[in-house]
Amino acid sequence: MPHHYTVALAGNPNVGKSTLFNALTHLHQHTGNWPGKTVATARGAFTYGGDLYTLVDLPGTYSLWADSPEEEIARDFLRSGQADATLVVADATCLERNLNLVLQIMEETHPVVLCVNLMDEAERKGISLDLTALQDALGVPVVATAAGTGEGLDSLRAAIRETVEHPLPPPAHRTGCGGCTGCSQDCRCAALMARAAQVAALSVRVPPDAHRRDRRLDRILTSRATGIPVMLLLLALVFWLTIAGANLPSRLLSDLLMGLQEPLRSLLSALGLPAFLVSALADGVYRTVAWVVSVMLPPMAIFFPLFTLLEDAGYLPRVAFNLDRLFRRAGAHGRQALTMCMGFGCNACGVMGCRIIDSPRERLIAILTNSLVPCNGRFPTLIAVLTMFFAAGAGPGASLTAALLLLLAIVLAVAVTLWASRLLSRTVLRGEPSSFALELPPYRRPRIGQVIVRSVVDRTAFVLLRAVSVAAPAGLLIWLLANLAPGDVSLLQRCAALLDPLGELMGLDGMILLAFLLGFPANEIVVPIALMGYLSAGSLTEYQGLAQLRAILVANGWTWQTALSMVLFTLFHFPCGTTCLTIRRETGSWGWTALAVALPTAIGTASCVALHLLLSLLA
Amino acid sequence: MPQTLDQLPIGGAATVTALSFTGAKRRRMLDLGFIPGAPVSALQAAPWGDPVAYGVRGAVIALRREDARRILIS
Repeated sequence: MPHHYTVALAGNPNVGKSTLFNALTHLHQHTGNWPGKTVATARGAFTYGGDLYTLVDLPGTYSLWADSPEEEIARDFLRSGQADATLVVADATCLERNLNLVLQIMEETHPVVLCVNLMDEAERKGISLDLTALQDALGVPVVATAAGTGEGLDSLRAAIRETVEHPLPPPAHRTGCGGCTGCSQDCRCAALMARAAQVAALSVRVPPDAHRRDRRLDRILTSRATGIPVMLLLLALVFWLTIAGANLPSRLLSDLLMGLQEPLRSLLSALGLPAFLVSALADGVYRTVAWVVSVMLPPMAIFFPLFTLLEDAGYLPRVAFNLDRLFRRAGAHGRQALTMCMGFGCNACGVMGCRIIDSPRERLIAILTNSLVPCNGRFPTLIAVLTMFFAAGAGPGASLTAALLLLLAIVLAVAVTLWASRLLSRTVLRGEPSSFALELPPYRRPRIGQVIVRSVVDRTAFVLLRAVSVAAPAGLLIWLLANLAPGDVSLLQRCAALLDPLGELMGLDGMILLAFLLGFPANEIVVPIALMGYLSAGSLTEYQGLAQLRAILVANGWTWQTALSMVLFTLFHFPCGTTCLTIRRETGSWGWTALAVALPTAIGTASCVALHLLLSLLA
Repeated sequence: MPQTLDQLPIGGAATVTALSFTGAKRRRMLDLGFIPGAPVSALQAAPWGDPVAYGVRGAVIALRREDARRILIS
């Protein structure tokens, strides 16, 4: 009869807990090198020696006794007694500070296994650890691991098994003052710290220059002279690699997929399907999906891994450090820079990530402004429009121009985020910025191969799934709208005509606005829908790369001014359906959700109208 | 001689003597290692001079100026 054990996974933020969790359970929870990434508990399981172990990944905390929501989650779980054992993960490069939490957990629960992780990083820094001395001093089993490479995981599983089956007696040495009455928190804290320092002195030797490389990198990445320029350069590099790298796969995919449309049509006809159904499936469903896959997928599949590499290396907290001054002046929390960066990947994730901000006022500001930065699903639209209308031609020169324009668009998005945060903190969410402390974690060598493979595969699977589940029905809907024509005018034309006056005022047209509305479930289908709409009027049918795409748009009245408005409205409009639901869940209020929809939409509409009026006046 | 952490020049080192925080903020600072008696050093200022990254107990923690002002040093 196999046993079933529950093991809690606890530790300081950013000690590789999620990586360890993934390595043990073979799950793919997203990992990143910045504190506070795991904001909810995740569960996974592994079998060892015929027994089943459920691993509960608790949020990373510095302490168990403070009052932030993550700490409450972790503390409540540990006190509930649901776990048969607690695995505490500590960072080998920063053991003394980590021991504080280890000692606290040892006071709260029993039995405990200590996993000293990131041994490879410690070795690189010349830090040596005496694990036997550590084990003797603490009185709990200690295992060394390097979760990124999988080293030590077998010993860890064995230690967990040994501990749940034959736990050691609780260590005799209780730290601190345990139950002294009238004891101040300082007293308890200082006692723990003193004990941590004592244990560390027995078991760790840190050479004086251990962190020299990190400090040197910090001087380049965060100093007054180079911090901001290097940040912009890095961003431009990521964009350039995305744009230049997406060209070829995009063309190959579109050749392949568009070439299959006619054979598909013949096949469907041969199966004896009625003509309207063949057209609905081939011209509606298939073509929309093919467009999403060939135009949208390649940039998404390249940008995301590059961004993940920066995250893995520990760069995002430095971005927050660099930009903190601006956020503070906007009345926002310093960690908002982190949630904003998360928004570049996915706004729904960014909104959920706002849990790392513990002041409710500043958390709301971060949630309401998150969709002002473009997510991964909007980057391909920006890239396509900027490339077609402002960086025509091929080769590295054009890619570079497009990358720099995209960088400008992102700087604008960040500026508007700051402006909107300031507006909110002066009106509906008035208040002073609360204090915060941001840990700048050690830099880590990103696991390049692993990150690229993992995130390309994950992203591709994710986009393909969305393409099928969202783009396919949208394609069918738009085909129906285009082909149902009561009174000889298609429903699509009627809807577009209805939106035309507003669209023209904004320098766009009704079809684009309709595409944004129909693209509510997922931003990546906006451009394909607009194209379907234009094409249903029956001009061109084949897609042969961006030049052809541009021809379709120009034939439908697009100019560089339309493109500029398109960029603005892509940056600033209502969040997608998933993000809206996430905002509702995180704020618990439809009112705030409505504001989160209205704010970016108003900003986008107003800036498009202003741009259009300005350009009309100048013309 | 600087009296509060925000006055510590970059590259300088000192010892924490007291915290003028209360409640949860005090708790948070203590957990991060800013306890009386702990050695601290000022490592790096952000591009606009604020916040500043401090080394404390082997970790690097960035504090805004108004928070660093409430940590007394000697």
